[in-house]
Amino acid sequence: MNNRIACIAANTFREAVRDRVLYNLIAFALLLTGAAVLVGQISIEIEKLVVINLGLTAVSLFGAVIAIFVGIGLVSKEIEKRTLYTVLSRPVRRWEFIVGKFFGLAGTLVVNTVFMAIGVFLALLYVAHRWQKPDGWVLVALYFIVLQFLIMTALALLFSSFSSPLMSAVFAFALFVIGSFAEDLRGFAAMAKGVTHWLASGAAYLIPNLSALNVISSVAHGEAVAGRLILYNTLYALLYTAMALSGAVLIFQHRNLK
Amino acid sequence: MSAIEILGLEKTYSIGFWRKRPKRALRPLHLTVEQGEIFGFLGPNGAGKTTTLKMLMGLVFPSGGSARILGMDMNDPRVKAQIGFLPEHPYFYDYLTARELLEYYGQLSGMPRKECRSKVEAVLRQVGLPDVSGLQLRKFSKGMLQRVGIAQAILHDPKVVFLDEPMSGLDPMGRREVRDLIQQLKNEGKTIFFSTHILSDAEALCDRVAIINLGELRGVGKVAELTANMHGKVELIWRGAAVPASIRALDAEAYVSGGTCRAVIKEEQQDRAIDALRRDGLPLVSLTPVRATLEDYFMQQLKPAEAPVEVTA
Repeated sequence: MNNRIACIAANTFREAVRDRVLYNLIAFALLLTGAAVLVGQISIEIEKLVVINLGLTAVSLFGAVIAIFVGIGLVSKEIEKRTLYTVLSRPVRRWEFIVGKFFGLAGTLVVNTVFMAIGVFLALLYVAHRWQKPDGWVLVALYFIVLQFLIMTALALLFSSFSSPLMSAVFAFALFVIGSFAEDLRGFAAMAKGVTHWLASGAAYLIPNLSALNVISSVAHGEAVAGRLILYNTLYALLYTAMALSGAVLIFQHRNLK
Repeated sequence: MSAIEILGLEKTYSIGFWRKRPKRALRPLHLTVEQGEIFGFLGPNGAGKTTTLKMLMGLVFPSGGSARILGMDMNDPRVKAQIGFLPEHPYFYDYLTARELLEYYGQLSGMPRKECRSKVEAVLRQVGLPDVSGLQLRKFSKGMLQRVGIAQAILHDPKVVFLDEPMSGLDPMGRREVRDLIQQLKNEGKTIFFSTHILSDAEALCDRVAIINLGELRGVGKVAELTANMHGKVELIWRGAAVPASIRALDAEAYVSGGTCRAVIKEEQQDRAIDALRRDGLPLVSLTPVRATLEDYFMQQLKPAEAPVEVTA
């Protein structure tokens, strides 16, 4: 990473921290502590299942909300407040600014996820009194969640590069919801015929397949995740992120900053 | 080699949502600024000053023309390392301290970290903010932010400094300090291109000025040269209790104060005015030529085309 990108990324991370984005960890800790204490009292034999399901779903939702709502402001806020003028009048290329912003928010989300993951493992220890080997798959589920964040951050940046914050939020949130049911959409496309088939297939392949990156339920049941799935998901997420980022760069490259 | 050569730079925006129509913000502009000059870019609000600066900074893309800065095309990335820019009404990352902000900008400008740190302290002293370097910018007043803005523009020791309304938001003391700072930058050999609509600042500082209105260049040159060709005026002072009708008829700006009358009239009217005073038996005290100011020239340049400059599709 070149120095300017690293500099912009570090500043984006610092902005997120000082804007108290990481305060969501407090809400997450309270949620998880409450859940762990509660399931310990009311569940029999399924405490781990509940804690993993609840914990990872919370990690995913908290992170997605940050990716979307911080991501949509990454470019538009800089334009609106004109802080961008003093950045782009330096030897900083526009693509470097976008990529730096992406890495800054992605870094924030990774740090956030690491803290949340520690919380999930502590909750697991509390309800089960020890860690077991299948708990390691929780790490894979967390890795997939981070891949989801990369995609959502890149999409939020893409929308932010040409649209208002409100519309960007609507677009990004809609894609997050639809993407979470992408497998269902693909199933529908396979069954549909004629024009509907083509439209549904097109939409199914265009939207991010976030459901393929969701293995929360299976790891909660202690099931292993295939190495091939890890590889494919990694390649898919990186490719999708790169394409969304390229789109953001392409649009931003030609934008007049009035 | 000139510091800045603007070669027919122009900008037309499309306005309207459904039926787009062109709105010309800047007609083809030709301008040359020499190295070491303080150059004032003057015009009323909406004249096209900021649009020109934004095009030079690569923030807005021109519809036509080009520009060269220090002999390089304005889009050449090497140019950016040698220029500094203060935008109008600057707003910075308010969660950062002044020191953090300047270190960030220094690193973006390619300054080594160690050099950057020592330069930050020096430049904060230079703009009069040595004691608040650790304070978050959200606690800064408008005037202090303007100083931070100037600090970031000169931090990396640029050869050409672009300042968009640098005195805006400053109190008289602050304006004086900024004027001194601009003069100091010139003494260091830098070229300063600044836009303003405060004419007294331009008159006090600039080697040359350009006047722009409604996207069109109306005049360029040294202040003394620009005002030299203007029709002169004279100030007439006489003793009397009221301004006679014969003087009022000359369309004079006339005032009465404690038995003394004062009128400013056109130079060619002075004989008629003196005759009128003699006829009325009013004793003349003095007749003094009034030097045309930059403001007079500026107002004259704005007069001919007051209708909006629009182009048809």
